[in-house]
Amino acid sequence: MTTMPSYEEYGNHNPVFPQPVNEANASLPIDQETRLRMYRLQQEIRLFEKRAYDLFLKGLVKGTSHLSLGQEAVAAGFAAAMNPKDWTFATYRGHAHTLARGVPMAPVMAELLGRANGLLGGKGGSMHLTSVEHGVMGSYAIIGAHLCVANGAAWTAQYNDTGQVAVAFFGDGTTNIGAFHEAVNFAKVWNLPTVFVCENNLYMEYTSISHVAPVPNPAADRASAYGLESVVVDGNDADAVYVAARQAIDRARSGGGPALIEAQTYRHGGHSRADPGKYRPEEEVKAWLDRDPIPMYHQRLLQLGVDEGQLSTIVADTVTAVDLATDDATAGPLPDLRTIYTDVWADGGSSWRN
Amino acid sequence: MAQLTYRDAVSMGIAQEMRRDPRVVFLGEDVAGAGGVFKATTGLLEEFGPKRIRDTPISEQAILGAAMGAAMTGLRPIAEIMFSDFLAVCWDLIANEIAKSRYMTAGQLAFPLVIRTANGGGSRFGAQHSQSLENWAMAIPGIKVVAPSTAYDTVGLLAAAVRDPDPVVFFEHKSCYPMKFDMPEQSGDIIEKLGEAKIVRSGSDVTIVALGLMVHRALDAAERLAADGIDAEVIDLRSLVPLDTNAILTSVSKTGRMFTVEENPRLCGWGAEIASIVAEEAFWDLDAPVIRITTPHVPLPSADSLEDATIPSASRIHETIRDQANR
Repeated sequence: MTTMPSYEEYGNHNPVFPQPVNEANASLPIDQETRLRMYRLQQEIRLFEKRAYDLFLKGLVKGTSHLSLGQEAVAAGFAAAMNPKDWTFATYRGHAHTLARGVPMAPVMAELLGRANGLLGGKGGSMHLTSVEHGVMGSYAIIGAHLCVANGAAWTAQYNDTGQVAVAFFGDGTTNIGAFHEAVNFAKVWNLPTVFVCENNLYMEYTSISHVAPVPNPAADRASAYGLESVVVDGNDADAVYVAARQAIDRARSGGGPALIEAQTYRHGGHSRADPGKYRPEEEVKAWLDRDPIPMYHQRLLQLGVDEGQLSTIVADTVTAVDLATDDATAGPLPDLRTIYTDVWADGGSSWRN
Repeated sequence: MAQLTYRDAVSMGIAQEMRRDPRVVFLGEDVAGAGGVFKATTGLLEEFGPKRIRDTPISEQAILGAAMGAAMTGLRPIAEIMFSDFLAVCWDLIANEIAKSRYMTAGQLAFPLVIRTANGGGSRFGAQHSQSLENWAMAIPGIKVVAPSTAYDTVGLLAAAVRDPDPVVFFEHKSCYPMKFDMPEQSGDIIEKLGEAKIVRSGSDVTIVALGLMVHRALDAAERLAADGIDAEVIDLRSLVPLDTNAILTSVSKTGRMFTVEENPRLCGWGAEIASIVAEEAFWDLDAPVIRITTPHVPLPSADSLEDATIPSASRIHETIRDQANR
């Protein structure tokens, strides 16, 4: 018979601590230009997300928003490993993946503010960032569906033999929805160039993933059911992410089929703006804050002989870029109300009758 | 005149479009090797090969996701959902993803795809394999909704749907599959236009608006009404979105009476919207209340005697209209 925990105990879970930094990753064969790019991308995401948070507090960002603070290394590592023509499919926690593909900050910030100069003219918002010209094929807010959609893009690549790869990011919670299982199985049986990337930040939303998944690694431990290799990577180390990403993407590009990668990471804040994240054990939060991917990477680059001044310049440039984006966004006009009726159909309108 | 079954019209329509455009691909459960559970897609694998005609796992979300992702990156997929009832397990893809993503991205993304599905009752399959769900689809902004009643329209509207730049849910009626229809001689492709209703019987006394299988029952009823001295005009809507309101309003202005014949269950059936439009825009043309003849608001029963008494029959349509018209 199952014994149910008491009310006080229900939801409690043991803290999950990060693995120590693998110092050997400093000697992974990654050129310095790529490492500096990943450093810049991580700083851009970090400083952008912090500004987004500040703008919530000022009441300028309406609705909800899901930040990637703490998870920057996953977005940076994958973006650095992708070709410009590859496709990203992101979730509602998609600011990071959008920026990492080179989408300028200003229209992204303006979209969060609901302005006419937003990336989507204010019609999508924080959870649906999309920039087709950058290969960002949408951010999707219903868990799981976009894994199936990524397969469709991968099918086009396979059909036209273009060598493009579709990369779909999702959270640990997604591994419990049917669409995840349908998508991974489908990709394997069709041998599609889809790379599925689980950002396991240990919490589905407010509930520990250990409470709702019967296996310790919610994505990697399911991989074998679909004939895929079980891959767990340190998601707080951009070098580790990059190497795993390259391997999976290169294989998919050359016809080797899909991959499923679980990147272990942690969000520094709550699930969304309304969530202070109090359900997380204090010692766990502290340990993961100490394993912040960005200061670690800063130290690694210094060890590898990069000049401190060069890194400072990157940070200073990024601060300026975020400031300029904020100025652009806050100065943007509100959307024209006529756009309510545009872009339902390919003819640009919304008419359903004659 | 040559004849064609509605079933064979499906494969004819798909083949016509695949010969024309190499971007057209087709996927679904049991559609390739088996030729479809309704045998509506036989011969396609042989002609177009396994690269373009692909069997899938029983994974409706994966099927529609693949169609969506393929459409947004340049292919022109046709996806089959075997029974329209199964749309319920992949409704997220239709209602949340395919229908909304053009709008949400301010027109960056396009979804030129067709979702074919076998809809409707009459096969004694019970409540989970017999539903008429066209009114579900009609309720979602961003998808077009088409339902042919004849073989010719199946080819022509399927072709129009494939060539349309927007997503189309294409409801085939499973009781129509075995029906044979005359096919007019035609050179070149058969193509119809989405959003154009067809007057399938002209009349001056009452307007009957129908869709899919109900068109045939309405025509049958119209012949019986003629024997009663009532001259009925029958409109085959063919498409709910876009909706040809002009055809309806023009007919009602002539006859002054409108009846809808709907296979979907009553509440929020498509006829309710049409009745609302007529009430708002043609109220002074009406000589009598609009009457909706529908399946009652129940799940469909399985037994033949029960099912036949649940879905509108030619007799029910005839008697309802006769009784109302004689008031």
